[in-house]
This record gives sequence, structure tokens and C-alpha cells, in this order.
Amino acid sequence: MELICPAGTPAAFREAVDAGADAVYCGFRDETNARNFPGLNFSRDELKTAIAYARRHKVMTFVAINTFMRAGQEKLWHDAVDDAVRLGADALILADFGLMAYTAERHPQQRLHVSVQASASNADAVKFLVETFGAKRVVLPRILTIPDVARLARQISCEIEVFVFGGLCVMAEGRCSLSSYATGKSPNMNGVCSPASHVRYREDGSELVSELGDYTINRFPAGEAAGYPTLCKGRFDIAEERGYAFEDPVSLDVMDHIDALRDAGVGALKIEGRQRGKAYVAEVVSVMRRAVAADATERPALLSRLRRLSEGQKTTSGAYEKRWR
Amino acid sequence: MTLPFAMTAPLRFAPLPLIEHATRLVFAQVVRQYPDLFDRLGEHADKRYAFVPTDLPLVFLIEPAARRISVHHKPHLPAADACMGGTFVLLLALLEGQLDGDAVFFSRSLTITGDMEAMLALRNALDDCNIDLPADIARMSGPFAPLVRRAASEIRTRALSGEAARWN
Repeated sequence: MELICPAGTPAAFREAVDAGADAVYCGFRDETNARNFPGLNFSRDELKTAIAYARRHKVMTFVAINTFMRAGQEKLWHDAVDDAVRLGADALILADFGLMAYTAERHPQQRLHVSVQASASNADAVKFLVETFGAKRVVLPRILTIPDVARLARQISCEIEVFVFGGLCVMAEGRCSLSSYATGKSPNMNGVCSPASHVRYREDGSELVSELGDYTINRFPAGEAAGYPTLCKGRFDIAEERGYAFEDPVSLDVMDHIDALRDAGVGALKIEGRQRGKAYVAEVVSVMRRAVAADATERPALLSRLRRLSEGQKTTSGAYEKRWR
Repeated sequence: MTLPFAMTAPLRFAPLPLIEHATRLVFAQVVRQYPDLFDRLGEHADKRYAFVPTDLPLVFLIEPAARRISVHHKPHLPAADACMGGTFVLLLALLEGQLDGDAVFFSRSLTITGDMEAMLALRNALDDCNIDLPADIARMSGPFAPLVRRAASEIRTRALSGEAARWN
């Protein structure tokens, strides 16, 4: 199975390649990609250099242009597609159907992958994207169980890629409005979930308080691992109880289920984390590379060291092992 | 790793101009070695960034636009737009990209206050530069460069050996 690895900077890109990635995904330094954070991402020249580096090591480069176009400003997204094709991207990861149409018409030879942001989670949706735009691969939303993935794989003709490690979104990928509600900016339209410009951390006695816009997201007592300041990971007062209404501050880790995913028809394993540093990329990719090649009995020991890199320093298998339905 | 008191105590009494002069020499060497270091900051280059080592009696203030670093004695904290706190070794490891900033933040080993966007931009800018302090300090050491580099590398290895989430 292919290992698809994140890179937010050229340095992280090289680390991913050197650590054993089969493909590295990255994005431009603007609103066209869903990790549009300050100081992150690639200029055109940086992408050109990165693709050349990857090719020398027989590694593919996927370019994520996976936000939704704004009416009247489509040129930003069209230019991103044209430039990524010109620079030699091995695949474009797209979410917007209009942008998929543009790509299919202008660059029919370009390999197109359906982003997780497109929320293509059933056979009809995937078939439509394959037949209409020639999509070669779908990145499945993190809402399906492994048996769900297996059933879907039997009904579709394109390759399947799934997230196996890293940050975890609520089950409305590509449609989540929580960040918009609190800050006016969203991952879907602006490429930023809980933009740093709206985030504040402050100490209140022994507690660490995280705030997003005008909202207090969480209060972490001394000694408790912290999480990202997103509303979905916020601690809320509900009736008489205080707790996590949407999800806990934990990261996804389903590497224990590699064999089951392979049997289900998954061809590519994706690591989340373009916003993370090169130290994260180097560590996670190298461990994952070894884990994919290792015997199932050896994997837990390999993977346990990754927990401390995770949000909240805890991991979950999320919907892949859905127990609440 | 927290620096032992015996190692940090002399800094309480050392003349500040002397400490600042040494710090500026290293800072100038790093800026010379990585001229693109602050390019990724964009609009945040004009901000002031304070670094507060929890185990040193000192505060470091970096002003990227002016390519300037200044050193201050605690408890005096210079005015800053964003502030990062942690052990001295942790801050140096982040400077070099040896540790993942998010991971140490989750573990509560690192505190960030003030302008989060500016600090995030600086973190990403630093992460993209392959700063290697032992090598950079060695370049300033003339004929002693190989010796200084070996010694500094050894100190770094030992200092980071106990840190979680260390880069391979």
C-alpha cells in the first residue's frame, strides 16, 4: 500500500521523501488549500524544486487545491491548477466540482484525486466523480467503518485512499461551519480552521485557557495534555455536566488495522499533518514505513511512540471502529 | 531537560552587555547563514517575539525586521507581541526544528501567549530552515571549529536525549 505523507514546508517535504513516503502532498501559499496557515506552504518555485527532489527519489507529489472557489474569484483556483499541472504534479487533490470540471476540460491527462473535503462517502457520489471528471482516486471521509469501506470498494472502480493517522475532524468534512461561526473563516472557503489570528491561550491560575474569537474553547487543568483550539474539540457545559460534546481532543490512529484496510480494498494510507513541523513528519513517516512492512504483532510497539506526538497525547480509531451505531 | 541551577546561577551576576554581545554574535551568524530565515513571516516580520527560558534568569527579544536580538534580565519582561516559554534546551530544539512544536505544546512543556498568528508564522519559518547551531557556532571558532562542533553536537545530543518526540 502507498504511504501518502504531508508537507507544509520544503524542509518537511524533503524529510517525508527521505523517511520513505511513496507520495508527498502539499499546497500553495494561499486560500486554495485547506491548510492556509501563516508561514506555511509552497511558492511556485518551491514546489518546482520539491517535485524535482521527489522525482530524483522516485516519489510522487500530490498538490492539494482542496478549498471551494468563491464566485467571481475563480482565477485564483484556476491558476493554482494550471501551475500545478505545469510544474509536474503527479496528481491534484480537488474538492470543488467546478474545479474538477475545469481540470478535466483543460488538462484531461492530469491525474485527479477526490479530496476528503468533497465528502464523497457513498458509491453514487464516487461513481459520479469518476464518470464525470475522470477521478482516479477518492480520499474517503473519516466517517466509514472498515466494513463500510469494503462494501464501497466493491461498488466503485477508482482507487481508495484513507486517513490512518493524525488530526481528526468532526464527521462533516467539507461542510463544517463551526470555524465560520466563531471567526468568519472556514477550512472549506479560506483554508483555515480556527485561524491563528483568532486564537488566544492564556494562563488562569493553574489552568491553561484556550479561546477562539469571543469564545472560551477549553480550560486544561495543570498536567492535562492540551489540544487544538477548535470548537469541535471544545469542552461545553451541557445540562449538569461539563464535557466534550462533539469529540475529545485526540488524534486518529488506525495503523493496528492495516491488514483489514488492505483486505477492504484500500490502496493508499494517508497521514494528516501539513501544519506540523518537520520533526513530526520525519518521525511519523519513518515509523509508518516500518509499520506497513512489519508483522501485525510488531506494530503496537512501533506505533506506541507516536502517541506522544498526538493531540491530547491520545489516539482513537474513530469511525473505522464505530461502536455507537 | 532543565538546566541545573549551578549552571545558570552565574548568569544572574554576569554583566548583561557581555551576555548580549555573545548572543548577538550567534544571532548574526545564524542570520548570515540563513538569509531567507524571515521571508516566510510576511506581515509578521515587524512584530516583536519574546523567548522566556524557564530555567534561565534571562529573556530574549527578537525583532526580525531589524535583524536584532536583545537580552533582558528577569523579572523585567520587554514589550512583545508574542511570547514563547519553555526550558532553554526546548527552545533551542524548536529553533533547530529538532522537536515538533505542536507536540511539545500538547504536552504542556511549552507556553505561547500573545499574537498566535505571528508566533505560528515564526515557528513555520524556523522549521523550514535547517538551522544547525553546533555547525553555526563552529563557523565562528576559526581553527577550533572541528573541536567546537564536536563538543556542541555532543552537548545537544545529551541535552535532547530525555526529550519526548525527538526528531530521528
